[in-house]
This record gives sequence, C-alpha cells and structure tokens, in this order.
Amino acid sequence: MAHAPDHSSERPAILDKVRPAELPRSPLILNNRGFHWITDKVCGIVEEPTPLWWKVTFVVALFIASFTFIGLTYLVSTGTGTWGLRSPVGWGWAIVNFVFWVGIGHAGTLISAILCLLRQKWRTSINRAAEAMTIFAVMCAGLFPLFHVGRVWFGWWLFPLPNQNGIWPQFRSPLEWDVFAVSTYFTVSALFWYMGMIPDLGAIRDRATTWWRKTFYGVLAMGWRNGNRQWSNFEMAYLLLAGLSTPLVLSVHTIVSFDFAVSNVPGWHTTIFPPYFVAGAIFSGFAMVLTLMLPLRAIYRLHDVINQYHVDNMCKIILATGTMVGYAYATEFFIAAYSGNAYEKFAFVNRAFGQYAWAYWIMVSCNVITPQLFWFKKVRENHALVWIICLFVNVGMWFERFVITVTSLANDYLPSSWGYYSPTIVDIFTFFGTFGFFSVLFLLFIRFLPLLPMAEVKMVTPQADPHAH
Amino acid sequence: MNERNERIHGVACTFRKPSDVYHAAEKVRDAGWKQWDVHTPFPIHGMDQAMGLPRSPVPRLTLLGGVTGFLTGCLLTWYTNSADYPIVVGGKPFWSVIYPFPVLYECTILFAAFGTFFGQFIFNRLPRHHHPLFDHPQFARVSDDTFMIVLEATDPNFHVDESRNFLQSLGGQEITIVRD
Repeated sequence: MAHAPDHSSERPAILDKVRPAELPRSPLILNNRGFHWITDKVCGIVEEPTPLWWKVTFVVALFIASFTFIGLTYLVSTGTGTWGLRSPVGWGWAIVNFVFWVGIGHAGTLISAILCLLRQKWRTSINRAAEAMTIFAVMCAGLFPLFHVGRVWFGWWLFPLPNQNGIWPQFRSPLEWDVFAVSTYFTVSALFWYMGMIPDLGAIRDRATTWWRKTFYGVLAMGWRNGNRQWSNFEMAYLLLAGLSTPLVLSVHTIVSFDFAVSNVPGWHTTIFPPYFVAGAIFSGFAMVLTLMLPLRAIYRLHDVINQYHVDNMCKIILATGTMVGYAYATEFFIAAYSGNAYEKFAFVNRAFGQYAWAYWIMVSCNVITPQLFWFKKVRENHALVWIICLFVNVGMWFERFVITVTSLANDYLPSSWGYYSPTIVDIFTFFGTFGFFSVLFLLFIRFLPLLPMAEVKMVTPQADPHAH
Repeated sequence: MNERNERIHGVACTFRKPSDVYHAAEKVRDAGWKQWDVHTPFPIHGMDQAMGLPRSPVPRLTLLGGVTGFLTGCLLTWYTNSADYPIVVGGKPFWSVIYPFPVLYECTILFAAFGTFFGQFIFNRLPRHHHPLFDHPQFARVSDDTFMIVLEATDPNFHVDESRNFLQSLGGQEITIVRD
C-alpha cells in the first residue's frame, strides 16, 4: 500500500491565523451566577414559607377546577344529552378540548427531548416547568375522551383487558391507536420528567432540615449520590429517553390527527393533517410555556436564569410554527381547489364564509397574523405584549380545533342533514374548569418540586467547563 | 485487607472547581484505581474518560425493551383481533403488520422507555437509601457546589495513610475518612 504523502509540513502557516473567529454567544445565565446561587435560588422556592399569592391562587384554581367536577358530575348523573352533541355534530367541544390540551403538552416534550438532541443549551432553564406542563395538560386532555365515551364506568373497555363479553378492542380503529398513543405519551413523559428530577430532589434532600422534608425528598430522590458512575448511566438514560420521546411526540399528534384524517369526512380526509397538527401543537405549547414562565420569572425573580435570550428563542419558535400553520391553511385551500372534489371544495369555502366564518377568522387572525409581530425585536422585548400575544395564540389554536371538528361535521354531504352545533352550559363548565385543574397541579408542582433543573442549569454555566481557565 | 479497614468505607476529599477535580480524576485513573468515584453536583463533560469508565450499559436494556415491546404489540393485536375473536373487515387479512402499526410503534417506545428508566436504576443500584457517604459531613454540599473524590476501601490499592497522602498530592482539601 502506497504511503500517503505527508502534507502537514507543507501547510501554510497562515491557516492558523485565519482560523474562524468564535462568534460571541449570548450568555445563558446572566451576572455570572455561581453554582451555589443556582442551588439557593431553586431550593429557596421550595423551602420558603408558602407565599400569600400562592395560597390565593391555589384557592381560586380549586374553585375553577370545581366547575369541571360539577360539569362531569351532572353529565354522568343525568346523561350525555346534557352536552351539545346531536346529529350531525357528534364530536363537539370534548374532542376540541382534547386536541387542544394534548397539543399544549407537546411543547414540553419538544423542549425536553428534541431540543436536547439538537444540543440547544438554552432549553435547560425552562425544561422542567415545560415537562410538568406536558404531564398536566395530558391529564386535562384525557378527561374529555374518557367522559365522551358516554358510560365512563366502562372506560376500561378501551384497553385490551378480558371482559365478560369475550370481545376485544378493534385495532383497525384510529381511536384505539389514540388510546395507545396518549397513554404511552403520558407514561413516557412522566418517567422522563421524574428521572430528570432525581438529582435535584437529592439536592433538596441534602439541604432538608425537617423530618418530613428529609423523608419526602429522600424517598423521591431514591438515594441518589451524585457519583459520576451514576451520572454516566443517568446521562445515557436521559439521552435515550430524549431519543425515544422525539419519535413519540411526533407520533402522538400524528395519531390524534388520524382520528380525523382516516375518516371520509370532507375537510378531514387530508394527508396534510399529521405535519399540520404537529406544527400547531408546538405552536400552542410554546405559547403556553411563555404564558406560564413569564409570570413565574417575575414572581421568583429568575431574570438571570430565564433571560431575554430564552424569551427571544421561544418567540421565534412561535413565529416559525405560526407561519407553518398559516402555510398549512393556505395549502388546504389549494389542495381542495385542485382536487376537483366538489365536497372538499365546499368544505373549505364553507369554513371561511359559511355559518362558522366567525370562528374561522378568529383562528386566522390569532394564529397567522398576531405571531407575525414577533418579527420585531421591540415586541419580543416587551414581555407584557409577548404574554398577550401568547394568549391570542392559545385562543386561536383552540378555535383551529373547533373549526376543524365542527365545520366539517355540521355541513358534510347532504344539505338535508346539515345542522348547527352550539355547546351547552355543561360543556362550557367542564372546559373552563380544566384550566383550574391544570393550575392546581401546576401550583403544587411549583411549591413542592424543583422548578428549574438545577444540575442541568449548572452544567451550562461557563465555570462548569473542566477545561476553563 | 487488614482488620482496621473493615469498618472504613474509604477516604474522601473535596475540590472547589470542576477543572481541579477533573485533573485529579485523571491521576487517580492513571494510578490504577478501580473502586472509587467522583461526586459532582452536575455531570462534568468528559469525566467518563477522565475516570476511564466504560460506556454505560443502559442501551442494552433499551434495545431489549424495544424488541419486547414490538413483539408484545404483535402478539396482543394478533391474538385479540385474529386468533381469539376474528372480525371480518372488508375481507382483509385478520392480522397484518400494517393496520396495527401505530399500536406496535407505541408499544415499542413504551417498553424501550421502561427498559431505559429501570435500566438506569438497575445499573446505578438504586434505590438505596442507606450509604456510608450520607453520614459524611461534607457530602451534603456535593449536590450544591462541592466536588468530591472518594477512594473506597475495597480497592486493592487502598491503604488509609497512603491514600490520604495520595489525595493530598492531588490537591484535595478536607481529606477525611468515611466510616462504614
């Protein structure tokens, strides 16, 4: 074999001088905060006496949550007729709310898993709270299909468990795929969230002074000792769970969209649904992350950990996914026109100009127009405005699901079977209450669990680099 | 091992900076130690190499979980929809890998995640709520901002005085004996 010529000596020396300059990176943690400051800040949230705002908000949240409880109690005790569902619209607010809440959850997994694989270090500051949001949002989502089945005490028939009728779930049904997708999603998200929290629970345990604190955090921390032999397995498991959650999160909203796309209803039966639903989910989820994190940042003075760079990045993701969603709306129209299918064409013209046009234009203005404001730096730096835009995005995304679900069913093929759907007060109570249910869970999370992943935040500080000088 | 060592878990020392503990770990590795660990508030980049650790075995259980999940999904859908209670749907085969694919996909991910999650606990020997280190006064600071190297008494290199001197030569502070 011929010897490869050695070019190293011939390399012009100038190459060393033209080595690409390192671009200045925005610091992730401002004011050069040290490890101890991060521990104190995050543990302090859990260790301080319960603040007044927390107690007040908690009571308000419990009150709002009682609306769901009342709504569902009334539904179960009286019958499914108390919801606004009747022919031809058999899927109303319950399915809209289900897709809405599942979609919200997706940003948490995007931040914890996909941004981890893409080595986006800024994710560390918001990752834990976003994952908590995912889990609580999926819990809210799960309520709706569970009660939508009508006789909720037979909810276990959704799972392939032997029953006295000797029959099994039908695995050709997208609704059955959904059962597997959502329950897997909830389980894996909870495992990922808990596992990531173990070192931080250990840190709270190590600072604990009271008996119940030592026991509570001690049991949850599983005897974690921060040894590198443990970190080695932990980091590998964390990376693998991120790698597993990434295809999972994409599959979940894909399968949710299959609930619609696999049917033969005009406006539902389109191949664009999976990517369009996933983009919309991330869009709404990031809006919810900002809706939650901006007030938390102000209350707990986390400005050094969650700084303008983080807010900027999230705004830009909202801008990107909002634009994708807008593009999907346009594509749907084009494909409907191009298909030559009269029903398909009608479905889309009807969405924009039919009896639900008001909902369609709320959707377009909230989802396509408002996020375009994020092109401007001045807007991204005005956090009150960012917060309001995020609320608009959440409203818009709820209406997107409403438009998709209801318009297609209300006006499908035969005009003789058309109808107009409106929710009842029971529908409205049940949905309104889920915001309280979500807030109760999220407030408990803030109060008792580490809000920020301390170990991960410490890891991205400049002084954590063992080769730093 | 002499009798004095039996009640000793090991010798511990602390460091203040990641770079100090990193270079100290390289020296412990080069001195041929096997039973020792570096305790850090967060995973230090490159510490596995500095300690000479092999690649984590967790992925094996992930793979095992994934394969089990896929086969479980196949068995479940085949048994319920084809063997136990076949349902005729449009004259199509009772079972194929195509129609229940979303279910197989989710089962694969679910079981792989279980493999990973429990793999982490199995290979880390957790949960374990008693450990000599928990009684060590400096240990609580390890989850905050302190870095610690512990040389364990089970290592053949271990000798109380020599190991203390060794840690001192590495620049370790607060060198203390950890009782079992």
